Amino acid sequence: MKTITRPKPYEEILQQLEFCNRVFIVGCGTCATVLQTGGIEQVLELKVKLQESGFLVTGWTVIPTACDEMTVASAGEHEGAIQGASGILTLSCALGAQRLSFYLDKPVLPGLDTLFIGLEEHPGYFMEACDQCGQCILGYTAGICPITACHKGLVNGPCGGTNKGKCEVDSERDCAFTLIYNRLKEQERLDLMKHYHPPRNAQVAPRPRIIILEQKEIEQWV
Amino acid sequence: MGMTFKQILDSGKFVVTAEIAPPKGTDLEKMNHHIELLKDKVDALNVTDHQSSVMRFPSLGGCLAVKERGGEPILQMTCRDRNQIALQSDLLFAYTRGIKNVLCLTGDAMTVGDHKQARGIFELDSVQLLRAIDFLEECKDLGGNDLVGGATFCKGAIVTPEADPWEPQSYKFEKKVDAGAEFFQTQAVYDMDNLTRFMDYARRFPVKILAGIVLLTSARMAKYMTDNVPGIFVPQDLIAQLNSVPKGGGLQKGIEIAGRMIAVLKQDSICDGVHIMAINREEVVPEILKAAGLNGHVD
Repeated sequence: MKTITRPKPYEEILQQLEFCNRVFIVGCGTCATVLQTGGIEQVLELKVKLQESGFLVTGWTVIPTACDEMTVASAGEHEGAIQGASGILTLSCALGAQRLSFYLDKPVLPGLDTLFIGLEEHPGYFMEACDQCGQCILGYTAGICPITACHKGLVNGPCGGTNKGKCEVDSERDCAFTLIYNRLKEQERLDLMKHYHPPRNAQVAPRPRIIILEQKEIEQWV
Repeated sequence: MGMTFKQILDSGKFVVTAEIAPPKGTDLEKMNHHIELLKDKVDALNVTDHQSSVMRFPSLGGCLAVKERGGEPILQMTCRDRNQIALQSDLLFAYTRGIKNVLCLTGDAMTVGDHKQARGIFELDSVQLLRAIDFLEECKDLGGNDLVGGATFCKGAIVTPEADPWEPQSYKFEKKVDAGAEFFQTQAVYDMDNLTRFMDYARRFPVKILAGIVLLTSARMAKYMTDNVPGIFVPQDLIAQLNSVPKGGGLQKGIEIAGRMIAVLKQDSICDGVHIMAINREEVVPEILKAAGLNGHVD
């Protein structure tokens, strides 16, 4: 699993930083490093750019995995530089930014936009593969998720926009139902194309979604 | 008051429907003119629902205008802009105002329209919308709650006979049939062999098929459609015919082609009727009917 991020326009970063002139930069060593949006290189590039724009960069770090609970310890190693800053700029996904803002009392400002949860299908090619709908139908669709692979998230078959097996929205993109049909055919399970999918429950886990593990489940992991 | 659309479908006569588009704004003059012009010449008038994802006056409002003028409206309803509460509520309203025909559509992608930043809802799809109408007929809603007074509709859907690939489309078509679609209006078909092949398949199902006729107005338009619109194939000889006329004669040739196609479909009983889409040229529909040898008025 990768959280796919994209840099915010520099102007938007500057707008967020309008209130301060001392900045600490945090990158992430996991997804944002793979995506080349928040690895060491990008953090250092941004550092220079901000300095050229007249900011004082009090320090920087690339936390191994910005979203996990070790973030607190990693950030602790830079306490002085963080305390010296008036804003923390994150080059991580929104999970990393939120993890930091739970812990720090300083304003945490995202330098990246979080686009989707994706799979790296082949090197450098990231595709959205799950919308976290909470009602997985992959068992009926030959392992291809139409909710993400179809532009409209249809579940009962293709719309009229299929064009030579591609999506009318983007001729480079396959029509999800052509893919599903072809794979079900290979698996000799074409009967599943007839399966009626009722409307999904949009409130299967109402927002904000929270799962609380029982104490004994937690102990198994510790 | 003549027959309802449902009765006309059941009567076995060759059915003719046409489509009108509500305006982008509140000036209804042109739409109302088209309604006056066509309401007695076709069996029912479809009113498009933010066609091509372009925000307009609503289909429901257009259907009311058809109804007020004594015509028979078909409410086009896409799943793009409304969640299930809004869809059901609009159906209840439609029913109380005598709008009894619904064409259930998925809806175009938001990205093709003029509100590219808007969210496409697609909470229901066209098959689920067809089934949702069954609930209303049983005085229930999709939440399983009782209604004080239900609603029944003549339910329609669309199909693309020349979809490429065809097989996934055929499964969707059959799901729509299973969901209770009574009539289908097809995507435009210009190749009579392809349509006949589709009809050989579709005849197996207890549904009425109205072949889509999109008026061609120039060779350029025909070429554009065949190259860019999914599921539309304009044969080379039709493009050549449109090319053969002097500049400015494309529309007249298009009317002739559409009329000739309709006449063949009717004469050879290839399908149950036609659905004429004279996009932005609604005023020439009577000429198309005339070219088809249809009297151009509904009994």
